[in-house]
Amino acid sequence: MTVRVRGSGRVKPQGGGFELATWYLMRLTGIGLFVTALGHYLITHFVYDPASQKAQWIIDNRWGNIAWRTVDWLMLSFVVFHSFMGMRTVVQDYTRGGTRTLLTMALYLGAFVLFALGTIVVATLQFPVA
Amino acid sequence: MLLQYRGGPGMLAWAFHRISGVAIWAFVLLHVLDIWLVGANPTLYDDVLRVYASPIGRVGETLLGAALLYHALNGLRIIVIDFWPAMTRYHRQLWTASWVVFVILGVPVAIQIMAPAFGLNAPFHFGG
Repeated sequence: MTVRVRGSGRVKPQGGGFELATWYLMRLTGIGLFVTALGHYLITHFVYDPASQKAQWIIDNRWGNIAWRTVDWLMLSFVVFHSFMGMRTVVQDYTRGGTRTLLTMALYLGAFVLFALGTIVVATLQFPVA
Repeated sequence: MLLQYRGGPGMLAWAFHRISGVAIWAFVLLHVLDIWLVGANPTLYDDVLRVYASPIGRVGETLLGAALLYHALNGLRIIVIDFWPAMTRYHRQLWTASWVVFVILGVPVAIQIMAPAFGLNAPFHFGG
């Protein structure tokens, strides 16, 4: 098992297919998250104070607006892919054989469940009654 | 392999990227579950929010922000070098630059988040 200790990220996989697509998608979702996740953090912690964003406030304000729901769902898609595929790289670096297969499958299952939960709440939460 | 320190910015950048990445993944698990409560159990969500807004919660949020900002800036550095290999010559400057941006952006945000934990008013105000 070799670890690439370089200034840059994972070596671009050769031969195309799933691994190369993942390599590109990690970079694309990374750029997407640079904008959406950092923006989200700044809005929820710098512009507003955490204490002021109660459930009813979220329902009435942030998620009373379909554009914010769309942005947040995009962020969810980016972050589920990026964080779980990143964890897959970690698993592949430290495990092999049956353990690796088991943990990778657990990650795929976890990603699916989390994506479903997040999608359900952002898509089905009732809009405030006007 | 995380402990086999071999020195140099490349090794440090990689180790910090991995540690911050795993930490952010763990928070994302927690965060999607807590946001799910906004629909499923708003009262419980408000209880969780009180933990986040407590002094210890604010320390956690500040650390989360540091992990996010480092991971984002170092990720950008990785992308620059991947798609523009000539920049490898300047990898040390890119590494330094990412820390300069980290401090300039991070310090005001950390002060803003931590001020209420010390009974102080948050220094920056945005309407409302």
